[in-house]
Formats: sequence, structure tokens, C-alpha cells
Amino acid sequence: MNNTNVEQTPLLQVEGLTKLFGGLRAVNDFNLTINQGELVGLIGPNGAGKTTVFNQITGIYLPTKGSVKFNGINLVGFEPHEITRTGIGRTFQNIRLFSNLTVLDNVRIAFHPQAGYSMFDSIVSNKNFSQKEHEITEKAQDLLDVMKLSRFQNEIARNLPYGEQRRVEIARALACQPQLLLLDEPAAGMNPKEIMQLMDMIRFVRENFKLTILLIEHQMRVVMGICEYITVMDFGEVIARGNPKEIQLNPKVIEAYLGKGAANAA
Amino acid sequence: MDVTTMILSLVKIVAVIAYLYGLFWVLGVKLKKIEIAGKLLDPSIAVNIIGAVVAFGIIQLALTEFNGVSILNDFDSGLLYQACTMTMVALGLNLIYGFNGQFSLGQWGFYGIGAYAAADVTYRWVNGDSRGLVVLGLGVILGGLVILLIGKFLSNLRRMPVLSSFTLYLIGSIFAGAVAVYAGKLVAPGLDPLLGTSLSLGPLAQGLPMQIVFFLAIIFAGIFAAEVSFLFGLPVLSLGSDYFGIATLGFSIVIYTLMVNSDTILPFPEMKGGRGMIGIPKLTTWFWAFLFMLLVIIVMRNIIRSSTGRSILSVREDEIAARSMGIDVAGTKLMSFVIGSLFAGIGGAVYAHYIGFLSPKAFDFLVGFNPLIIIVFGGLGSMTGTVTAAFGWIFFLEGMLREILGKISPEAPSWRYVLYPLTLLLLMLVRPKGLLGEVEWGFLKSKIVSLRKSGTKEGVKPA
Repeated sequence: MNNTNVEQTPLLQVEGLTKLFGGLRAVNDFNLTINQGELVGLIGPNGAGKTTVFNQITGIYLPTKGSVKFNGINLVGFEPHEITRTGIGRTFQNIRLFSNLTVLDNVRIAFHPQAGYSMFDSIVSNKNFSQKEHEITEKAQDLLDVMKLSRFQNEIARNLPYGEQRRVEIARALACQPQLLLLDEPAAGMNPKEIMQLMDMIRFVRENFKLTILLIEHQMRVVMGICEYITVMDFGEVIARGNPKEIQLNPKVIEAYLGKGAANAA
Repeated sequence: MDVTTMILSLVKIVAVIAYLYGLFWVLGVKLKKIEIAGKLLDPSIAVNIIGAVVAFGIIQLALTEFNGVSILNDFDSGLLYQACTMTMVALGLNLIYGFNGQFSLGQWGFYGIGAYAAADVTYRWVNGDSRGLVVLGLGVILGGLVILLIGKFLSNLRRMPVLSSFTLYLIGSIFAGAVAVYAGKLVAPGLDPLLGTSLSLGPLAQGLPMQIVFFLAIIFAGIFAAEVSFLFGLPVLSLGSDYFGIATLGFSIVIYTLMVNSDTILPFPEMKGGRGMIGIPKLTTWFWAFLFMLLVIIVMRNIIRSSTGRSILSVREDEIAARSMGIDVAGTKLMSFVIGSLFAGIGGAVYAHYIGFLSPKAFDFLVGFNPLIIIVFGGLGSMTGTVTAAFGWIFFLEGMLREILGKISPEAPSWRYVLYPLTLLLLMLVRPKGLLGEVEWGFLKSKIVSLRKSGTKEGVKPA
């Protein structure tokens, strides 16, 4: 599992990540290495600590112990917005759009760190302001086109159907210009047809934006279908790693998902 | 009941709202670019400026006396000035609460700081003492520089406890203040002979120089309020929204107490504590009130429609998502709080020079709910709503009700505090999103980006 290739430093290297909530050990000694261009899945039963790992990588939680290295830089102690600016974009398990704003504004907000004009420029409303503002709008519209959301551009985000809201969230995450994209249960609440579309879209996005993707998912169909490597967690610990085939046959994984009896039967 | 008075005051309210609609419309006029001498020129800016000047001129004419008669009397002009200041304060609060989602009850405190600071400068100036202007001016400039320098220094440090950075800023500001006071002692005596005394004003205390001093006093008072809000907001904004509300309420009470005791525990005998500060030169004219109100409106509108404005809105919508989109949530909150307080300080300074008398009672925290009522009434997150509600509120409460009830008996105007809450209740029931909800007029409207032709740029990736 550990990539000892000297020429290529891993894009993301998580070592010994531990998070304690009081006495509760939500994540214990979690390790993960992701190389450039990989699509990695993180699965596990409810409450296994997957989202806590995401929140520690993105700086929402400060890890109790351990390090998160992104392109060789240790991100522990960075503010969440600084981590995003180093090139990590994310979506949320329960959609967190800016629900009273338009779809276009949702995406344009993510361009704020690279807006390229100061507040003074906007107050006097000079050429730099209008030019850069135009560029931001163009870029946001490009993203909406890619996500096939153009016709919803001026809709209020909360009025969109569920599947479209998911897509807006991904578009917004892409607007942060990430190298690494963290997707937290993108298929939650989708029907089989929507899931198929989602998988196509993830593949498409990955190729077009040269992205590395880390994905949390419950739907085995999605994980087994698109992920190259899978890490399985239970009770805050990693219980298995490998490619989809290995994982499907791993007795520990079957036990975690279906119970001890099922594992023995298998 | 006097029917003519009632109709007349109603007409005034409608006229004022129509006036505002016209003002925003003319400021929002967009024309096609025309080519003059090989250069593309945009005539809309000229139209906008002319429109603003005409809007100013209409009221100015109505206020000017011809043969001893003017269309609007002193009572009306007072209403206009009050409405202008209330607009500035309420817009500031709308930026903090309506746009950024931070429930603040401290706006009235910053209003008071602006009023007293500016009043002290001009009061001292006409009484032959230039120390007010020198100390306040130097203080806010030095304080601002120190805060910027410390901010630059701290930006290299990560996850610094907010109280540590606050302590640094506080020490820096106190140092800047001390330097300003010392410099005031050195510089001021040199200027004083030119000011004369309160009985015989010197050359610098009247005419154009006085207007410049007045302008500087307003600007410095606004910046002073903004700097105080920075120091106060830095530690307090890290609290959640409700706790932040309570903390700002505390701030209002602190400011009120300091005002009541300004001559005993603070070294400002001229403020006369609870008895109220008298003798402030009445320098506010329609020109100044209109100018500052327009500036506040334009600056705020330009911030709101920029990327900064969108980041302010995103913090209101969802802090965690905003953070994950690379937006510095703490910084954004602090920025909108400081800008909001700047507007309040400027409003207070204009108000002080209209009324000429400052009593701490006017800055009691109960009165401080007025701007909050106005922004909720006009619609949270609607600039048009805030401006029209501020004007409508003043003209209804202070104008119409006071005039009509005053005709019944001298005590009757107190009834307006029964009538207006009932009006408010009724309106909230009929229009829960506020009078105008999310409607914006003229140039306050956010530009709607038109849809692109479909399929032009399928699969394009950003650079």
C-alpha cells in the first residue's frame, strides 16, 4: 500500500490521524495515501468516522493527533479557508448550498479567493472590477455548462430538485480549482437512474479537470463501480484496504456490514 | 381631528417614497455608449450625476425661502435630516444583520460614538480649542495604521488565539491614542489664536474653513466608530450569533453609561454628562445630509454586488460551507461589522450637527431598537426596503402622528408609541418578509446575468 516511489510524492498523505470527542475515539490512527489522479473510496457503516476524517482533512476539526500532508505541506493547524485555497475542494453529506442565493451566485462565491480585485476597486467600480467580475461570471457559467445546469442559472438554489442541488454543490467545489476533490456521499437519496448519471459525471469531471478524488459512499454500486482503491473503516479504525474485488471478499468487511453470522457463512 | 393636516402628511410620505424611487431610478439609468471623437464614451454616468444633482436641487429649492415662504418648513427639514441619518445607521445594521446574519444590538452605540466624537471636535473648534480635531484626527489615522501593521504581522501566524491578537491590537491602539493626545498638546496651542473665542470667532472658525473642519469631523468620527467596532468585534464576533447579540447589547449599555458620566469618569467636561451637551454648532445642511446618505448608499451597493458582497452573503447562508469555499469567515464578519459601524458613526456625526444638543437619553439602548425595527420592517437584506422604511418611519412617526396627535392635546403625541407598534404588528402579519421583501429599485437591483446560448461551450474547463 505504501508507495515507495521516490520520484512521485503522494498528493495526500494522512498519517496517524486521531480525533477524540471527549472520551469518544471517533477516528483512531487513520492512515491514507492518495497519488495524483487516483479515485479512492472510503466506506464503512454509519458512525464509522468517515465524515470526521473529511472534516479533519479540510480543517473543520483540528486533529487530536497525526498529520495531513498535501503536496508535502502539513495542513494541520491551517484554517479551513486556507486549506481550500491550497487546492482541496469538498461537498457535504447533507447538501450545504447557499440556499437563498441563485445557482450562479453559489458558484461565483467559490471564485472569491481568486477574484483579482480589491474592495476599493469594487467601491469605485473601476475597469479592473468590471473586467474581473465579467471573467468570474464567464468561468462560473462554463462550470454550469459542464454540469448541465445552465438553465437553472438564475434560480434560487433551494428551489432546485435534489439531484440538481448535488450537481450545483459539485460545480461549486470545482470552482475552488481543486487538485483533490472530496465527495461526501454524493449519491445519498438518489434513485438508480440518477446514480448512473452521477457515476458518469464523476468520471467525466475527473478526466476533464485532471482531478484526484476521494469519495465517501454507502451505495456499493457506486463504490464498486468507479473506485480504484477502497479503504474500509469501522468504529474509527481502518479494517481493510484494497481494490474493489478484494474488498468484496474480505470477511472483516462483510462482518462490519452484515454481522458476524454473515461473515461465517461467506 | 384635522383632516387637511392628515392628508397633507400622507401626501408628504407618498412624495418622499416617490422621490426615493426616482432617485434610485435615475442613478440606475443605463444608456448605450456613444462615440465622440473616436472615443467610446458612456453617457449614463453623466446622466446619473446630473440626476443626483437634480434630486438634491429639488429638495434644496423646496427648502429655500422665497419672500419668506418655503414649501417645506423647518419641521420638514428636520424630518429629512433625521431620515437621512436613520438611513445611514439602518443601512449599516442591515449590512451586519440582514446581509451578514450577525444579530447586533450595538449599532446605536456606534451611532452615539460618532455623534459625540464629531460634536466634541466642532464644539471645541468654535470655542477656540483645536485639540479636539488634532487629537481625534491623529488618533484615528495612527490607530488605523497601527491596526493595519499588526494585521499584516499577524497574518503570518496561524490559529492564533483571538484574545492574544486582540490584546496586541488593544495595546497598539492605546499607544496610538497616547501619541495623539501628546501631539495634540504640542500642536494645538499654535492653532488656537486663529480660532478666536466663542464670542468673537476667528478666521478659521467660520465660513469655508469651518465647513472643512465639519467634514473632517464627520469622517474622523466615522472612522473612530469603525476602529472601536474593530476592537470590540474582534473577540466578540467569535461568539455565535445569539451570544453576539447579547454582547453588543452590553456594548450599548457601556456606551450609554460612559455618556451619562462623561464629565466625571471621562475627561470631557464639555459633554456635561447626563445633563446633555449643548452648544454644538448646527452645521448640517441638506447638502451634507444628502451627500453622506448618497455616499453610504453607493458604497454599500457597490460592496454588495461585488465578490466581497457575495462572500458576506455566503457567511449568512452557511458558515461551514463558506469556509470550505475558501472564504475567511471571521474576517468577513469583522469587515462587515466595521463597515456597518462606520456608516453608523457618520450618521451620528451628521445627526449631532443637525440637532445641536446631545442627550445620553437619545442613545439609550431602548431607542437603539429603532434601526432594528426599520430593517425588519423594510425587509432584511433589502437596501431599498431599509431606505424607504427609514424615511417612511420618520415621516410617519415623527411627522404625521406627532402633528395630528399634537392637535388633540399636548400629551397626545405619546400615543404614537402605542399606534406605531400596532401598525408594525399589522404589517408583519400582512407582509412577513417586510414591507418590500427582496424587491430592489433602480440601481440597487442586482444585475441578472442573462443565460448563454445553450451548447456553445460544452465541456470547457477553466484554466
